Parts: sequence; structure tokens; C-alpha cells
Amino acid sequence: MVHKPRNSLLASGVSKYSRSQVIAKRALYKRKPAGTVAAAPAVANKTVEVKGAKNGGKRVIAASKAPRFYAAEDVPTPLKNRKHAGTAKLRSTIVPGTVLILLAGRYRGKRVVFLKQLESGLLLVSGPFKVNGVPLKRVNQAYVIATSTKVDIDASKIDAQLNDAYFARAKAGKKAATEEAFFEGEKKKEPLAENKVALQKSTDKVILEAVNKVEHLRQYLSAKFSLSKGQAPHALKF
Amino acid sequence: MNANTCFPSGHEEPRSGRSETQHSRPATLYAKGRVLGFKRAKRNQRPDISLIQIEGVKTAADTDFYLGKRVAFVYRAKREVNGSKIRCIWGRITRTHGGSGAVKARFRNNLPAKSFGASVRVMMYPSRV
Repeated sequence: MVHKPRNSLLASGVSKYSRSQVIAKRALYKRKPAGTVAAAPAVANKTVEVKGAKNGGKRVIAASKAPRFYAAEDVPTPLKNRKHAGTAKLRSTIVPGTVLILLAGRYRGKRVVFLKQLESGLLLVSGPFKVNGVPLKRVNQAYVIATSTKVDIDASKIDAQLNDAYFARAKAGKKAATEEAFFEGEKKKEPLAENKVALQKSTDKVILEAVNKVEHLRQYLSAKFSLSKGQAPHALKF
Repeated sequence: MNANTCFPSGHEEPRSGRSETQHSRPATLYAKGRVLGFKRAKRNQRPDISLIQIEGVKTAADTDFYLGKRVAFVYRAKREVNGSKIRCIWGRITRTHGGSGAVKARFRNNLPAKSFGASVRVMMYPSRV
């Protein structure tokens, strides 16, 4: 709500009101409290009959158990972190269908088609696989150069299944097998799940349709980018 | 095959007409640079910041592309570490130095003075293009 500022500066770094004073100035007279939260029904202590003479006949069992362990010294707990990193802003040069050059990683130098930006901020990208061997993959914007070449694809045609959860690593949680596996040696590489292969093919089909319409674009995507003699990146026009 | 010459014009063509004899050795995804020395005044030097000359960069205006880019000083050693005799010190280009295209870089560990005159790889990432 827009109103006059609640605080003011007396001098550099010195405000007129402290934090708690500023918060107290909230015009509560015109606000209704949200409604008191209903107190959780108090669980009464249980009283239990105990057998045996001289035992007092009854025991009172507390509703909530006391902790079994008390630290010898007070350990300072770290303050809660309330900061969250925002998601990366997509560069204006990167648009669904843009051909990107991967600068680092296993596929460095490859030219690749940009599909969409995922919630984590990473870019979803595909070779297409048939053309240059790059599968559906997430890539960080900082490790990519956007070229001015664009493939005409419809962003809405990209499968909604493709999100960050799709790329999460399968948990290897077989604790029982670890000892044997350790002595066995190398882990067998599992073949890619069938639904992932199918999704790769269907996504690439859409891209390839658009790619094949443009002359030389397929060969362009299959060629690797490289700086050659005398080329300085700052002088290149991508 | 030289990937850059066979394709539709307007893509990755060098803006300035540069003759091929001007610069030495091809590099793949990085620009070549040389370590000029440490940041220094006439009689004192500050080894935490090194000066780098990037090939093909002749003016301070040109260096804008390279600011923030990561730099790698790659060198060989006798003892094998983690399965390789090749080692690397990573750094970043922090700012321009002077008016003729030199640049200041800060490395994770300071460069050894042995590196003066040695080659350095200026990567093209983090990219802002």
C-alpha cells in the first residue's frame, strides 16, 4: 500500500525509527487480525494404574516425552537463511529455435538447437541427436553462445514432460549391494530408459522437420564450431 | 574441414578483414593470451594480479568482450597428479589494463613468475553473447 514513508533518515546510516518501531507503525486500527489460530486441543497427561505394593498405585505419563539427550554445552544454532537465488534471466538473443554453440563440457563446440528454459533457469537443448549426437540436455546459459541462426519450431510443441524432474538422477539406493559392487569393479552402464529414447525421437522429429526445410542447416548443425587461425572471438559476429 | 567457411554468410564471419599471417597457432574454443607479468609500479609488484595480452585485441574497447571470462594457465609438471602430468591454474579476467588491449586477471592461486611470457587460454565462457 502506498503511503507516506514510515521511516526517515536523520543522518547517513541513522534512521529515525528502529526496526521494531517501524513495524509497530502498521495502522492496526484499520486492519482486522487474521483470526486467531485455533489452539491445538491440549492433550492431557495420562494417568496409568501401576501394579505392585509400595509403588504409589499410579503414574502420570506426560503427553509429550522429555528429550533423552541434553547437550553438555549450549551449541549456537546458525541463523536461518532466507535468501533464495533467483532464476537466471534468459538473454534476449536466445529464443526457442535458436542455434547455440556449446562452449564447455563433453559436447563443446557443437551447434545445438534451443528448446526452452526450464524452471531452474537451465536451457533445454537438443542436437538433434541424429544430426550431431547431442541428446536432450540441460545447459547453463553462461556456457553457451547464441548465434543469429534460428530454426523455426513451435515452442508449444515441446513435450511438457521435459522439466527439471525429468533429468533428475536415479537414486542408486541399493545399500545391500555395495560391498559386492565394490569388489566387482566397474559399474555396468545402464541403457537409457525406453520412454526417454521415445521422447528424444519425438522431440527431434519436430526439430528435424524444420531443419530440413532450410538449405545447409543440417550440415551446419552437424559441424563443430572452432576458432581458427587469426580469429578473435570479440571480432566475430555470431 | 574448416567449419567456418562453408556456411550461409552472416554466421561467424570475422568483422575485420584480418590476414592469416598475422597471428600464430590455431586454438579451438579459447583465445590465446600471453602472461606479461604481475601488476606493478616501477619498483614494486603485486603478484595477486597478472597482466595478460590477448591475441588480436589491440584496443581497450575490444577488451569488453573478455571481461569476466575464465582463463586457464596450463603447464606440465614431472610428477603425476590425479592421473595426469598436465596441471592448470584457473582465473578470471577482471578488468582492462591500459589502452592497448592488455587485461588484468586474477587467478585462484597466484601465477608463478616462471609463467611470464607463457601462453594462457582465455575461454569464451561465461558468455554474455
